Amino acid sequence: MFMIFGYSSALLFGQLLLGLINGAFYALLSLGLAIIFGMLNIVNFAHGALFMLGAFVAWALLEFLGIPYWWSLLIAPIVVGAFGIILEKIFIARLYKLDHLYGLLLTFGLALVIEGLARNQFGSSGMPFAIPPELQGGTDLGFMFMPNYRGWVVLASASVCLVVWLIIDKTSLGANLRAATENPALVQSFGINVPRMITLTYAAGVALAAFAGVLAAPIYSVNPGMGSSFIITVFAVVVIGGMGSIAGSILTGFGLGIVEGLTKVFYPQGSATVIFVVMVIVLLTRPAGLFGRGGH
Amino acid sequence: MFGFTRQQGIAFLVMFAAVVIAPFFLYPVFLMKVLCFALFACAYNLLIGYVGLGSFGHAAFFGMGGYIAAYTAKKWGFNPEIAIITGAGAGAVLGAVFGWLSIRRQGIYFAMITLALSQMVYFFCNQAPFTGGEDGIQQVPRGNLFGLISLQSDMTMYVVVSVVFLFGFLLIHRIVHSPFGQVLKAIRENEPRATSLGYRTNDYKLIVFILSAGIAGLAGGTKSLVFGIATLTDVANAMSGEVILMTLLGGMGTIFGPVLGAIMIGSIENYLAQLGAWFAVTQGVIFVLCIMFFRRGLLGELAARLKLSL
Repeated sequence: MFMIFGYSSALLFGQLLLGLINGAFYALLSLGLAIIFGMLNIVNFAHGALFMLGAFVAWALLEFLGIPYWWSLLIAPIVVGAFGIILEKIFIARLYKLDHLYGLLLTFGLALVIEGLARNQFGSSGMPFAIPPELQGGTDLGFMFMPNYRGWVVLASASVCLVVWLIIDKTSLGANLRAATENPALVQSFGINVPRMITLTYAAGVALAAFAGVLAAPIYSVNPGMGSSFIITVFAVVVIGGMGSIAGSILTGFGLGIVEGLTKVFYPQGSATVIFVVMVIVLLTRPAGLFGRGGH
Repeated sequence: MFGFTRQQGIAFLVMFAAVVIAPFFLYPVFLMKVLCFALFACAYNLLIGYVGLGSFGHAAFFGMGGYIAAYTAKKWGFNPEIAIITGAGAGAVLGAVFGWLSIRRQGIYFAMITLALSQMVYFFCNQAPFTGGEDGIQQVPRGNLFGLISLQSDMTMYVVVSVVFLFGFLLIHRIVHSPFGQVLKAIRENEPRATSLGYRTNDYKLIVFILSAGIAGLAGGTKSLVFGIATLTDVANAMSGEVILMTLLGGMGTIFGPVLGAIMIGSIENYLAQLGAWFAVTQGVIFVLCIMFFRRGLLGELAARLKLSL
């Protein structure tokens, strides 16, 4: 261990890692929001609630069926994605022709219902979720001590973000998706089932949120409020990055997590608000967001 | 008077009569709470209903108005009327900052920015020494109106709250039906066209944002004096959601809708208060039902059926 700017390297890098972890969640969540917004023109306010639902599914799988964490990483996103399909079919699909505001209000209401039901069922305090045995303990990296699970979270979310970006940017599926975002009518005339694509896009977006929820379960306790505390910060992240660019929202998510972590070292009182302060600065200097395109 | 149509005039008289009679039948403290929320919802409606600006951060103005009124009344010994006006001023100042920042973006970004800024205000109020953190500012004296009339009795306080409410209500009605208000509606319907006609739409948006925030602060300041307490609840996001719901349920862009919405949500809250999280679930369900089935709200739909403007 050594000193940097009068701070021990363990403290500095420890907070940096914490920042990266938060950044990993910001990236996964804002990525999902950006995909959904691109395709559905809706800001999914229920994203935080579905993130929480992912964590709860993982908890229930372990508690009632004895299914371990690793399977949950796969099953929870599928379950929550299926739930997302139901939400999209029943509610959201009816709002596409209306003002954005209605989608925001509807998903806000859905989030209230989901979180309220969870709170009734499980109380506010939440349940602990053990770190899987394979990832317990930590590694001494020389300049800091890294808990293995935290390293895994950063690695896993960065890989998933990369894969999503590759799919959207480099595959033909992604090309169809991007085309449908630009001009749905034209893409439909090429024989692509755009409404189904929209539904599946929503499912994929919320599946990402659920995946983040499972990753988060062992770090924060599994509790009904875990999503709503994240979602507002993620909205600020989205305003900063702009929702136009997939890579942009990933980079912004991780970057702001690091900024938040560093603030915890140098000015702890400001760590809760630093992302909002960055948002204000970005609004004043680049109103369209760092990666935003054009107006809005 | 005040640009009321005939039906609106009748509706206003009915509402006025209800305000006068109600305290003889219902618990005045409950009524005062409803009136404060009704004023808050009317202020919110000014923004979302008449300009189409969907703010998700109005709790910041309501809560900050409450804190400032409570603080000045308790620590500086301000008379209640001065404390409430100071609270309204605090709401307006905060509104100027929010508005200045958020009107740079439109639509959903506007909503997200106001939400994020109000979260920042929440964190600030949680940490700042003057708000008392988790405890809030407690035992705020109601004091003497103009230094003369004691407001200890609920009935006297009720009269003051009613006057504040009616003043705010008529002020909003006046704003909406002024030439300024016509431009606001033009912005709501077609902003590029309003711009092309030579209106500086951003100036209009900023001014109406400040007005809305100031009236929200007025409502919050009044509420904190009624209950003698200002806490984090009033500045939290859930409060922003609640005022949106009141406005949506009653009818966005109607004059009386937000009042009706506030009465309904206030009553539901009263009955479901013991049930904790069920209130949130109920709120969510009402949100979903409103958006799916009656986006114009109860009064909005009624008015459309009867071809009235309420």
